[in-house]
Amino acid sequence: MTTVAMPNVGSALDRVDALEKVTGRARYAYENFPADLAYAVPVQATIAKGEISAVDVDAVLQLPGVIAAIWHANAPRLAPRNGDPELAVLQSSRVAYRGQYVAVVVAETLESASEAARVLRVRYDADEHDVELRPGHPGLYRPDHVNPYFPTDTEQGDPDAALAAARVVVDATYSTPAEHNNPMEPHATVAVWDAEGLTVYDSTQGASNIRDTLAPLFGLPPGSVRVISPHVGGGFGAKARAHPHVALAALAAKQVGRPVKLAVTRQQMFAVTGYRTPTIQRVRLGADADGRLTAIVHEAIEQSSTVSEFAEQTAVPTRMMYAAPNRRTTHRLVRLDVPTPSWMRAPGEAPGMYALESAMDELAIACRIDPIELRIRNEPDVDPESGRPFSSRNLVACLREGARRFGWAGRDPEPGIRREGGLLVGTGVAASVFPVYRMPSQATARAEPDGGFTVRIAAADIGTGARTVLTQIAADALDAPMDRVRVEIGDSALPPAWVAGGSAGTASWGTAVVRACEALMDVLHGRAGDVPPEGLEASADTTQEVRAQRRFAQHAFGAQFAEVAVDMDTGEARVRRLLGVFAAGRILNPKTARSQLIGGMTMGLSMALLEESVMDQEFGDYLNHDFAQYHIAASADVRDIDAVWIEEDDPGLNPMGSKGIGEIGIVGTAAAIANAVHHATGVRVRDLPIRLDKLVHGVI
Amino acid sequence: MRPFAYQRATDVPSAVAAGTGQAMYLGGGTNLVDLMRLGVATPEVLVDVTRVPFDTIEETPGGGLLIGAGVRNSDLAAHPLVLRNYPMLAQAVVAGGSGQIRNMATVAGNLLQRTRCSYFQDITKPCNKRVPGSGCPAREGDHRNLAILGHSEACVATHPSDMAVPLAALGAVVNVESSGGPRAIPMPGFHRLPGDAPERDTLLRPGDLVTAVELPALPFAARSRYRKVRDRASFAFAVVSVAAALDVADGVVRDCRIALGGVAHVPWRAERAEAALRGAPATAEEFARAAEAELAQASPLPRNAFKVPLARNVLVRTLLDLTAREDLTAAGDTGETS
Repeated sequence: MTTVAMPNVGSALDRVDALEKVTGRARYAYENFPADLAYAVPVQATIAKGEISAVDVDAVLQLPGVIAAIWHANAPRLAPRNGDPELAVLQSSRVAYRGQYVAVVVAETLESASEAARVLRVRYDADEHDVELRPGHPGLYRPDHVNPYFPTDTEQGDPDAALAAARVVVDATYSTPAEHNNPMEPHATVAVWDAEGLTVYDSTQGASNIRDTLAPLFGLPPGSVRVISPHVGGGFGAKARAHPHVALAALAAKQVGRPVKLAVTRQQMFAVTGYRTPTIQRVRLGADADGRLTAIVHEAIEQSSTVSEFAEQTAVPTRMMYAAPNRRTTHRLVRLDVPTPSWMRAPGEAPGMYALESAMDELAIACRIDPIELRIRNEPDVDPESGRPFSSRNLVACLREGARRFGWAGRDPEPGIRREGGLLVGTGVAASVFPVYRMPSQATARAEPDGGFTVRIAAADIGTGARTVLTQIAADALDAPMDRVRVEIGDSALPPAWVAGGSAGTASWGTAVVRACEALMDVLHGRAGDVPPEGLEASADTTQEVRAQRRFAQHAFGAQFAEVAVDMDTGEARVRRLLGVFAAGRILNPKTARSQLIGGMTMGLSMALLEESVMDQEFGDYLNHDFAQYHIAASADVRDIDAVWIEEDDPGLNPMGSKGIGEIGIVGTAAAIANAVHHATGVRVRDLPIRLDKLVHGVI
Repeated sequence: MRPFAYQRATDVPSAVAAGTGQAMYLGGGTNLVDLMRLGVATPEVLVDVTRVPFDTIEETPGGGLLIGAGVRNSDLAAHPLVLRNYPMLAQAVVAGGSGQIRNMATVAGNLLQRTRCSYFQDITKPCNKRVPGSGCPAREGDHRNLAILGHSEACVATHPSDMAVPLAALGAVVNVESSGGPRAIPMPGFHRLPGDAPERDTLLRPGDLVTAVELPALPFAARSRYRKVRDRASFAFAVVSVAAALDVADGVVRDCRIALGGVAHVPWRAERAEAALRGAPATAEEFARAAEAELAQASPLPRNAFKVPLARNVLVRTLLDLTAREDLTAAGDTGETS
């Protein structure tokens, strides 16, 4: 494959929808007000396991403005055949986790619906619940595969013998807490039924996907469902699939025969829109005296709900990071009475690389080798487990460039010795990685009689700048100025497209856009550029192209460097500097790309120091379910942060030559910071987040 | 949210007249409105007192300050006399909330904010403070951020205010108006320990309206400091905080005022530490001894035991900073990690 010459691509252009957004004209899901609108407020289970025995519907129907109170005894039947069982809302008396939807109240106003939902009496027969992920849990089992389709376990050589024979061994267990992806815009859905079917205004990472999920659930052909989602205020994976509120809104609208609006509150999001599973990970590294790895073993345990299996691919990045002849990765899952985990920015890589890259730092210390040198020594020639060549792999270049920019040379590895007043200061490094995916999508490109162009694809701009980048790509493919190209996205009526997920949006959509534009250009050339009054249209479907792609090992890489200062009196750890150097193919828009990368790194900093969803063992919910209690990094936590990239020309990717950049920024950050904390204090924190209570005893 | 009536008072008498029954006073609303949304606060009448003209800061004849109950936190923290005479108060106020919240929040509202204990804020769970007699799950559950001093079987909540900590250290007096006439309630006694009635945060009675907070003249408080320890660098409640003013002459502590935040149901006046320090040499050893004297009465729970050494360290460090540094002003408190 060759990349296309592109004058707009590669330019740091402003967002094409910036003015619309900052002037409030960009309309988000909640801001749709169809005629005769009613408001739905869900009622959530207050037990973690058991049965609903009764719901006192009549009492709330007496309240002013209340239209309906729906629960499983009076709800319309859904058809969740083979679908996500989470979407079978109000179909059963069973309660599988605290916070699960058990009823929904519909009223004339949000206030009336909220009050009725608050006072609605739901009676339960509660069972004993188990919400604790712990090593040795009797319910641990081996899932068939891990997200999205990776083998659960892999093994090569004889890792146990290699560990027994290794000169240096690191054997450490790391844990990461549950974390909740909380985009700035909470989930919201407006559902409208009419003679033609169902229209849903939704905040989603993929309109086509939501349509294809809703249609069978309500017994409709896909063409009878339309999902409209032109602007989305962040997703981070939390909006990549239909969560139960989408089905609940559509169900409520169907029941009352009116349009219904349902907004998930911040507090509710902690039970019903997915989260990152907690993990417990044992990593064992065996090496010779020079730090060359002889064995890598990474064993992860995680949780899912009893409703559905989500098995995160925590140890999967360990399969390709470093060379070693003997290796094993495993995943074990336990189904608890907890909400269902799902995708959160870099599922697998984010928690998995915290463990692996912390262990590599421990190995560097054990071998008395610089941690950058250790990684360079263990750089594989080909993908270690598959044997496939990398289409491009520039981890070493990132490490070296980062070392140069950060001022790594001459670093004294001795921990706990750099004092500045009452602070202990240290630096740390870790590698970043994220796989390159590209998925089939379709697009149309249209030449308008006025000389402009319209490109259509059901892509999603969740704040990443996708609309802008697709406009750049289309303009270049059409050899037209940006302002003559209009890209329409965020609507399932447009040609179907992959979700904004897996860092694969731009690659998947961009390929379809380029191919549609190329097809249109062919037509135009054939007509000597003549556009008839009705315009000219061409379309593309990349299914064949994507499936035929040569099977290289394809990943983006990066290196992250952190400098931290830890207060010796309090254990407060703050990140003074954070630098990421990435190799991610061609950077299509440096402005939006930098935002993606430093955004990911900020989320990684937040994961390192702050984020933890606390499971309440007695009640079985995530206790700290608001932003006052669930801490996300504030501006004051993010001081000197920068992301840069090295030139990477990889023709084997897609017509743009790009790799995804939405997730790699969060990968490795926590390890870089944890390694810096160790360098500063001598305290190795193997249990995120690194809060002051884990340091206050160690640094005094 | 439960339906409620809204009234706007324009002076103290009309506010007090309206503040009967299940009424609550509305200042900046930065805590109360949240609690109403959560169903924790369910007033039948909301009496808006933001138009009541008690929003001034005046010097008192005795050299202290009279701070109106409606003064916004931002204005309090920026007032020249607060900055000059009580820097720890200015530092505490700017350490709380965010700029937007401080622009709204009032002095009285800050004093009267409720605990951020997770169980208190979740109406689907028991809480003795919210529903007396329903139980306290925090004792066995998550109490990392809760009290290590003065708690009871019924309640381990902490008072969340930063501002109240230096006020307790200063011995501020809370002026209250009610249908029975005015009262003056000195701090730290204005807030109460939970005992077996944790539903009562303060000595206020239904209908009482806080009208002002009076700061006594305390010249040595011009040398004072507020140090807040928190998980997040801003916009987070204190894990532990210290407000301290120190009067040192010839290497000896003549007088001091110390209070701790984030450790108790009240802003905790460290009377034992103060007593241990008065007349003692201003040395690290004596500061440590004073801190130990105060924290000897701590009874931490399993998951907040770290707060005891943390409070000790921060208290000692704050006192050392006060003796070591000559330039302590509100703007001077920017220790890198605070």
